[in-house]
Amino acid sequence: MNEIKNLTIRSTLDGFNKKEFSQEELRQEFLELIKKENKKLNAYLDIFDGPEAKVMSGVLKGVPCAIKDNILIEDTRCTAASKILGNYVSTYDATVIKKLKEAGAIFLGKTNLDEFAMGSSTENSAFGLTKNPHDLSRVPGGTSGGSAAAVAAGLTVFALGSDTGGSVRQPASFCGVVGLKPTYGRVSRRGLMATASSLDQVGTLTKNVYDSALVLGVISGRDHFDSTAVLKEVPDYTYEIDQSIKGLKIGVPKEYFAEGLNNRVKNVIQEAISKLGGLGAEVIEISLPHSEYALAAYYIIMSSEVSANLARYDGIKYGFSVSEKVKNLIDVYTRSRGVGLGEEVRRRIMLGTYALSAGYYEAYYRKAQQVRTLIKGDFDEAFKKVDVIVGPTAPTVAFKLGEKTSSPLSMYLEDVYTVAINLAGVPAISIPCGFIDKLPVGLQLIGKHFDEATILRVGHNFENN
Amino acid sequence: MPISIKDVEHIAKLARLGLSDKEKDKYSKELSDILAYMDKLREVDTKNMELTAQVSGLRNILRKDENHEKVDVEKIKKIIGQAPDREDNFIKTKPILEK
Repeated sequence: MNEIKNLTIRSTLDGFNKKEFSQEELRQEFLELIKKENKKLNAYLDIFDGPEAKVMSGVLKGVPCAIKDNILIEDTRCTAASKILGNYVSTYDATVIKKLKEAGAIFLGKTNLDEFAMGSSTENSAFGLTKNPHDLSRVPGGTSGGSAAAVAAGLTVFALGSDTGGSVRQPASFCGVVGLKPTYGRVSRRGLMATASSLDQVGTLTKNVYDSALVLGVISGRDHFDSTAVLKEVPDYTYEIDQSIKGLKIGVPKEYFAEGLNNRVKNVIQEAISKLGGLGAEVIEISLPHSEYALAAYYIIMSSEVSANLARYDGIKYGFSVSEKVKNLIDVYTRSRGVGLGEEVRRRIMLGTYALSAGYYEAYYRKAQQVRTLIKGDFDEAFKKVDVIVGPTAPTVAFKLGEKTSSPLSMYLEDVYTVAINLAGVPAISIPCGFIDKLPVGLQLIGKHFDEATILRVGHNFENN
Repeated sequence: MPISIKDVEHIAKLARLGLSDKEKDKYSKELSDILAYMDKLREVDTKNMELTAQVSGLRNILRKDENHEKVDVEKIKKIIGQAPDREDNFIKTKPILEK
């Protein structure tokens, strides 16, 4: 039982079958481990140490998992790491939670994030920052930093996160775990607190690629409560994951290796790409010509959607409300939002409000949507020539706590290789591909719309060879 | 484009955000920097370019206009119960119209 930190979904299920431990024994072991080790990491915000869980059945029977605290689990607290939702209790299960319950998964607790999933380091949490298990003086990445740190530290078997512009993949890269963002529309967003609705997607954080394939199969599918969740068959993503990648065409966008990429990260990524070549894939240089405009377009679109979505946090319907010295309704709104929402969240609400306001809409929001068309077009063109696109997940390894908090723009630049994927809506996965001074580096594999199977196959081959 | 303190006050009012004077000053500098970076987009020729608001390719997902979940009184109580200020089963707010 001392090896529970390394348990994958497959080895957990094996352990049950061989009667090495029972579901409840394993849950208790994890809870004990979390209580011991969470103090130094602050990966979990809430721990579910209630009475004995009932014995579960299903493809994830008894497998312990952790959930990012912007995904609703009925009758438990859900804060989005914001003061404004500090006492909010979910009134229903998110569709992904309902599906995990049906598959038999067991919930260990809720994990930390950047407030309302805005940030790149999990330092924007109202409930304290999370630390990187590989080096406690460094950030775990963000916004799903709590989920990534929990998986990396072995404080859960797997976790769910959400990815609006890299929030699953970048922390996966920094923490040395596997992070998958599915195609927009593959997984229901019902019960995921909305950040930017045209970009948000629930994703998985796991110890290997096979586990990502397993969990994706469970959480995918159509939902009557989220009309963007597409009616499309959900394949068994593990089915051909072992198949060779011989002859597969892998594109390397030259723009992803230009200025801004740390040299040592570049070397690790290039080595990883050579390895894919060695496994029989045909490596081809490609171009995604509008890459350098993705970040600007992303932050305008994202902030604009945020400014509308977060209007609901008004101090009236639920959550934190200022009641002292307020005269009228406007006072309740401005004071509750002013005190209840954190600095970065307010910054983006203002940026979005500005981009949508009279006189600036054309120059910013409309322009960004046009650039989004061009960026999506870049991927459509590239995928006529290649099956998978490969590059770095992040320009650096995990940076120091506090290193980028004083400059919002330098924090935004962390997302330079991940945001275009959300703008285009394609799937991508970050897999560990090496270390620099004991800090993990992530390789990003990008696939065609709804072709998660191919990036999972490439990732699985990379991992096992 | 530089964002003045007056601009920040205007945006904050539209967004219903209360800000201190110190914050107004800080946000005016930061938003100016961020928007200067966004101005990069002007380099891109987007004449006659279509807009992309979403990428699912879906259009008008409709359903019959009927109840598909039974009214659950307990759930409604749970939802109303989260309001900071309430009376019986009603959410209370401050007056909108002032005397």
